[in-house]
Amino acid sequence: MRAIRFVRQATMKNENTQDWPDRIFAEFKRANVRQVGYVPDAGHARLIDLCKADPEIADVVLTTEEEGVALAAGAWLGGQRSVLLMQSSGVGNCINMLSLIRTCSFPFFTLVTMRGEWEEFNPWQQPMGSIVEPVFALCETKVTRAMTPEEAPVLTAEALDFVFKEERAAAVLLSQQLIGAKVWTK
Amino acid sequence: MSIERRTAIAALFAQRPDDLLIVTGLGSTTWDLASLGDDDRNFYLWGAMGGAAMVGLGIALARPDKRVAVVTGDGEMLMGLGSLATIALKRPPNLAVIVFDNGRYGETGMQESHTAHAADLVAAARACGIHNVFDVDSASAIDAFAAHLTGFKETLFARIRIAASDPPRVLPIRDGVALKTRFRRASGAVEAR
Repeated sequence: MRAIRFVRQATMKNENTQDWPDRIFAEFKRANVRQVGYVPDAGHARLIDLCKADPEIADVVLTTEEEGVALAAGAWLGGQRSVLLMQSSGVGNCINMLSLIRTCSFPFFTLVTMRGEWEEFNPWQQPMGSIVEPVFALCETKVTRAMTPEEAPVLTAEALDFVFKEERAAAVLLSQQLIGAKVWTK
Repeated sequence: MSIERRTAIAALFAQRPDDLLIVTGLGSTTWDLASLGDDDRNFYLWGAMGGAAMVGLGIALARPDKRVAVVTGDGEMLMGLGSLATIALKRPPNLAVIVFDNGRYGETGMQESHTAHAADLVAAARACGIHNVFDVDSASAIDAFAAHLTGFKETLFARIRIAASDPPRVLPIRDGVALKTRFRRASGAVEAR
């Protein structure tokens, strides 16, 4: 029996550090994020649940990640702020759609849960996971990486401020050490 | 039956209400809308193929006080076909997705698209969960649909069967930042300065 779930190994030692999704969500609220596009993801599960439960946020479940890039452009055209939640494998799907962000200077923020970099069982996650940072650099998207529960909300807050004030693109990577490796067997 | 595309676009927006924002997809539908004259409430995509419907969804969710019409081609819609499933989950009452379908990739030399022989975009929209669908294939039908477009209250999908013609290009501005900025002012997203 294969179990599709994550363990938060990096955070299990300290109960107080497990609430980083809640603190990221608090930054979304502070920044007045009103639309959240996402592809279902175990690493983002708690944050997605918080967004879905908030009546002021339109949660938009996508069939592929580049839809969320176009959604963010539309939200800004209508005067709202949108963010995209995805896994590292989705970054490659976004490349051409990011030309919309770059050509028009739309604000774009994405939170990326990383796969293929730490205790990863599935080698098929490695090729895309290993090129997320250079891909974003080529796409003029500023990248920072959260390694600890403390860093995640701080980097999120900084990126949200940069993105929506400057009409620029930024990504915060949530490293696999932070999220925990996917458990395949129990 | 099919309709000449410039006749179709003119009929669709002959009575354009003040609150109707329009997004066009990469290629011929951008030239079609530009042929009616420029308007700050138009957002023309010159790229981002497959993204038109999702741009429309973002605007529609942000602006429940406005109506949004996405006008795109069959090839552009096919590249973002999953967005119909995404839209069907949110179903904003102020969003219309209108596909000009001639079964051709007009920008690359009129090669046949999947809809020329097999794919049926009206059936696809319905199968994705958009129940308010229109299949428009005549001048009288497009007039009736245009009247509906001025006051629709439910997410709709429409296929306009257009002729496989290639009228002269009418090119609107292509400065993305300028398009964004003026659209945001026109939509009320930011106050005009």
